[in-house]
Parts: sequence; structure tokens; C-alpha cells
Amino acid sequence: MTLLLALAIGVLYAAGTYLLLRRSAIRVVFGLALLGYASNLLVFTAGRLSREGPPIVPEGAVAAAATSADPLPQALVLTAIVIGFGVQAFALVLLKRTCQEAGTDDVDAMREEG
Amino acid sequence: MRSLILAAATRVVFPLLLLFSVFLLFRGHNEPGGGFVGGLVAATAYALLALTGGVAAARRVLPARPEVLIGTGLLAALASGLVGLAAGRPFMTGLWGDVSLPVVGKPGTPVLFDAGVYLTVLGVVLLILLTLQEEDEA
Amino acid sequence: MNTLLVLPLLVPLATAAATILLARSPRAVRTASFAGAAASLGAAVALLGATRDGTILVTQAGAWEAPFGISLVADRFAAAMVLVAALLLAAVVVSSIRGLDGARERAGYHPLLHVLSMGVSGAFLTGDLFNLYVWFEVMLMSSFVLVSLGGERAQLQGALKYVVLNLVSSALFLAGAGLLYGSIGTLNMAGAAVALRELPAQGLPSVVASLFLLAFGIKAAAFPLFFWLPASYHTPPMPVAALFAGLLTKVGVYALVRVLTLVFVRDTAFTGPLLLAVAALTMVTGVLGAMAQGDVRKVLSFHIVSQIGYMLMGLGLGTRLALAGTVFYVLHHIVVKANLFLVAGAMRRAGGSFSLEKLGSLLARSPLLAAAFLVPAVSLAGLPPLSGFWAKYLLVRAGLEAGNGTIVAVALAVSLLTLFSMTKIWNEAFWKPAPAGAGAAPAPLSAAERASLLGPVLVLGAITVAIGLGAGVLYRFADAAAAQLLDPELYVRAVLGARGGGT
Repeated sequence: MTLLLALAIGVLYAAGTYLLLRRSAIRVVFGLALLGYASNLLVFTAGRLSREGPPIVPEGAVAAAATSADPLPQALVLTAIVIGFGVQAFALVLLKRTCQEAGTDDVDAMREEG
Repeated sequence: MRSLILAAATRVVFPLLLLFSVFLLFRGHNEPGGGFVGGLVAATAYALLALTGGVAAARRVLPARPEVLIGTGLLAALASGLVGLAAGRPFMTGLWGDVSLPVVGKPGTPVLFDAGVYLTVLGVVLLILLTLQEEDEA
Repeated sequence: MNTLLVLPLLVPLATAAATILLARSPRAVRTASFAGAAASLGAAVALLGATRDGTILVTQAGAWEAPFGISLVADRFAAAMVLVAALLLAAVVVSSIRGLDGARERAGYHPLLHVLSMGVSGAFLTGDLFNLYVWFEVMLMSSFVLVSLGGERAQLQGALKYVVLNLVSSALFLAGAGLLYGSIGTLNMAGAAVALRELPAQGLPSVVASLFLLAFGIKAAAFPLFFWLPASYHTPPMPVAALFAGLLTKVGVYALVRVLTLVFVRDTAFTGPLLLAVAALTMVTGVLGAMAQGDVRKVLSFHIVSQIGYMLMGLGLGTRLALAGTVFYVLHHIVVKANLFLVAGAMRRAGGSFSLEKLGSLLARSPLLAAAFLVPAVSLAGLPPLSGFWAKYLLVRAGLEAGNGTIVAVALAVSLLTLFSMTKIWNEAFWKPAPAGAGAAPAPLSAAERASLLGPVLVLGAITVAIGLGAGVLYRFADAAAAQLLDPELYVRAVLGARGGGT
């Protein structure tokens, strides 16, 4: 499973980097999204994958079961996903406005004048 | 995008979505849910209304401008953190009252914080969506 | 104790909320914004007062014990950074009254300003790596909107470059944090410092350290990752540019200093020379870029890059004197650089342009403005007796003591070129007669404009002079801060020793 996820992370990073290097700005923004997903998946995988109980204290007990999963990586990923969502939404709106103003989404054509 | 089916469905779904969003908000205390999803669900309700009836219709139903929702939400979250400070504990310490209310459960600072998140998320999402749609309508 | 640490975060948050709620009345927004900035400044002064004697303040947010919860930590360096940031915020708020158009002000400028300030203070005060990521994002989000606010074409294109590069940096940072958590199981900086002692210095810690170097290097605009900065910093209105120029890259430098003196302390044989090479290249490329430009804003933007090199130089040398030099340099630079951007805004108002070709005879038109430019410009170039001289003097002496002649030679040469480039602005904009065909000169500055545009500039200039004349005070402080940075044990004990929550 870890190997599978590692491969997925690698593919995501590769695809993200490839898209970042394109001239079309919309692809660059997609590339950013993929890089973000890759990092999220990396945090998730690095936090160790295990088939254990949820880290929730059962009704009536004082502590969670001895073999429960580490909740922190998931909390971190969740935070990162939410932040990524906001940032990507902004990037898309910015892209929309920029393309409207510049009349193109070709990064090379967007040379500023003056 | 005027679709009769969507418009008719929205009338039914809108109150349900709002109710569901509040349910999510309070449920988040001990189970999956919380202010963030709650706020998103509430925002979809208004977004549906804006899609079917136009931005003006959505703004009419909205209790306050999105900016005000954001400001109030931030203040609520801030206040929930200050309770801990006022009680002489570190900032953001979770404190609960002793009474048990129906639906809400024990009222405490986490619920206040979540309510702040709910309002902020609702405000931010609506601000973005309505502004974008207004631009397109104009 | 506890309250002092959270105030630099709470005051901006409360101000942001208040300015959003008051949005209908511009006057009330300005008043609230200014009151908030003043309160931030007061909170920062109190924080510095409490840490001056070497106390490291710690609070565990939500009473979750370190290393499980998020610690907020303030040592001398962090407190001083918070103070300079608050000072800059106040200056920018005042200068925005006239330096910014009403449309931008109505579009949420003031709340964003305070959210940015909260993000910056949070990044200085946090003792947790993931929390640092979150504060970075808070800061970035508001800076994204601030840089594109107004929506001019050049601005949007600059913003796109800024956003893309900073998001790449965030993704790298997150990946580094994830790998670190996977190997040691904590992201608390103090906890990580302890846990990494058990691991071999090479291997995974090196990978993580490299990722962090790369991520913070992008944010600090270090060579070869600086190109986004001159492509975007000249586009927003000058008060915004001043805030960015003063603060944002320095947050990257701060994070580098923090991480390399606290968490990844063992592989200095690798990081030291690397940082010195990066520092030298950053200085040289920055200053060469600046010399080629003909727009005041672009000249200043490239100089940010070259000055970042000096700060990295101190970190790369790693001795106590060198670190003191870095601390001194960062503090001095924030004031001076932001000041220069504010002056550029006033020059535009008084001379009608940012282009050196079109400007002229500003000395005759506004001698006060000329004086206001001269102080930070000369300080930036490093002439005595202003603050920049002492900052460079410390670094050069540290370089000589460490026996590293190359970096000292580069630093001195770059300093000379900086002087050249400042003289160029002086000659072109202030000295030479206004070019023919430039049209009628803009109306002279009104009293209100003078107060709003020149007031903050003169205050910041006075601080520059004060630092220069009383350099001993700041030097002693920087030295004490460096001593604190070089002894991570102090930090670790303050965070992990104070178990049981609030003090």
C-alpha cells in the first residue's frame, strides 16, 4: 500500500512539475494544485499507514484503545487541504481576471509594458 | 441558467440545506461535522438560490452582508479564545459550562469557535461566489 | 506573561474584524485601523520588554502540552521582529491615507493589512513547524489579495508570478514537514530539536533540511529563486510594496535562521558553505540587476534581493558575531527598505513618475523629500554613521574573523555598487533638471499629503539615524539575541521544561 501511494505521489509531483513548466497559465495553476495534492498525500503516507481503530475515546472509557491510528497526520492533511482549497480558488479567480485583462493565457505573451 | 426543475427543487432544498448545515455545526462537537462543512453547506444553499433566482434574490434572503458575516465570525472565534485567557488559562483553552442543553449539548468555547468558523466560511464563500456572479450578470 | 504572547496575534485579528464590520464608513475604518496598529505596537513593545532580559516566554495554546500542542514562543529575536513589524504596519497605515486610492481602500485594504500583520507575527512567534506553515499561508493569502487589489494589468501579471512561486514554496515546505513528522513523530520545533539528536545527521534530516532551505529560500528571495520578487514587487501601490519589501522576505530569512539554529544544527559543515555561496550569488545578482534598471521601484526591488544576501552571509558564517550581524541587519533593513519604498511613493506624487528618465529637479521642488530619501539611501549603501554601516561592519568583521576573505570582498564590492545605484537615483531624480517635454510639474504637496506621505518616512528616517548614532544599544541587543540563538538548549528547556501549560 505504501509503495502504491509512493508511486502515486511520484506521479503527482512529476505531472505537477510538468504542468508548471507549460506556457499556458491555466495549466500552471493545475500544476500547482497537483503539487499541493502530492504534498498532502506525502504527509498522509509519511504519517504511517496502519489498520487500527479510530483514535476516538469510546463511550464510557477514559482512553482510546491501545492500537489506534495516529490522528495528527490526518489533522495536518485536513488543514492543508482546506488551505489549499482557498488558495487554489484565489489562484483561479486571479487567473480569470489576468486572462481577461491580458487577452491571453500564454505566460510568454504576458510581458508587461512599462 | 434558468432551469425550471432546478428552481422548483431549490425551493424545497433551500430550507433543508440550511437546517442540515446547523445540524452539522452542532454534531461536529463529537462526531464528523463542524463549522467548516456546516458553513459550506449553508453557502451552497444560498449559491443555489443565486443560480436560480439571481444574485439579488440571494442577497434579499441573506440575513447580513457577507462582509458582516465574516467580521462577526472572526469576532466569535476570537471571543472563544479569550474565554480561556479570562479564566486565567492559556489562550484557546476549551472550557465547558455545566448545564446541558438540548441539541447543543454542553455549551462551551469549542461550539462558539465552530459557530465563528461557520459564519466566516459562509461569508467568505458567498462573497466570492456572489461577486463573481454579479460580474457575469452585469 | 501568557497574554503578552497572544496579543500580537489577537490585536490584528480584532482590528481586522472591526474594520470589516465598519466597512460602510471609510473614516471609521481608518480610525480603527490606526488604533489597531497603535495597539499592536504597544503590545509588541510590552513583549520586547518582557524578553529583553533573556527570558523566553512560552505559552501552550489551548493548554495542550508541548510537544503535542502548539507552542507560542518569544525569545529576543522573535520579540524584536514582532516590534519592527508592528512599527512598519503603523507607518504603512498612516501613509495609506494619501498613498492609496479610495477604491482600493473600500475593497478591503485595511482588514487585509491587519491579517497580514497577524500572519507575520504568528510566523515569528510560533514554536511549531506545521503552525509556521499555517501562518505562512495566512500571510500569503492576504498578501496575494493585497498585491492584486486594484486589478491593473501589470499588477495582475505580477501577482500571478508571485502567487505561483509562493505556492510552490508552500508545497515544498509541507512536504518537508510531512517527512519530518514521519521520521520523528513531532513538529514542535523544540521537540524536533531533541528528537533529531538521536538520528544520524545525514540521510532523512538532510533531505528535510534541504526542502526547508528551498522553501524558505524562495520566500526570502535568495539566489537562484529570487526572480519572482523583481517581477511583482513594483506593481502594487507603494504602501503595499513597502510592507512587502520590509516584511515578507524577512519572514523567510527569520524562518531560515530559526530552523538552522534550532532544529537542523548538526550538519553545519554542509549548510554553512552552501549558505555562503548562496549569499554571495544573491548579493551580486541582486545588485547587478538593480544597476540595469531605470525605474525607481525596480531598482529598489532588486536591492531587496542583494540585501537578503547579507543576512544569509551572517547565518552561513554561523559565529556569534555573524549571527548578531544578521539580527542587526534584518532589523535595520526592514526599517530602511520599507522607508525607501514609501519615499518612492512620495517621489511619484511630487515628480509624477517612477521612471528615472522622466523624473528630475526634485531637490528644488521638495528639499524635505530629498532629505527623506537621502537618509535611508545612504544607510542602505552602508555609509557611516547610519544604521546600515554598523550592520555591514558587524558582518564584515565576522567574515574576517572566520578567515573567509572571499565573502568579505563580495560584501564590500556589492556595498560599493549599492552606493552607485543610490547615487544614480539621487542624480537622476533629485539633481538633474527636469527633462524637457515632461509636461507641467504636478501640484506641490498639500499639508495633509505631506503629513501622510512624508510623516512616516521622516519617523522611519529618524529611527535609522537613531540606530546609527546609538548603534551600541542595538549591537548589545543583537549580540544577546545571537547568544540565545546559538544555545538551542535554552529554547528547548523553555518549551519542554515548562510542562503543565501556562506560566
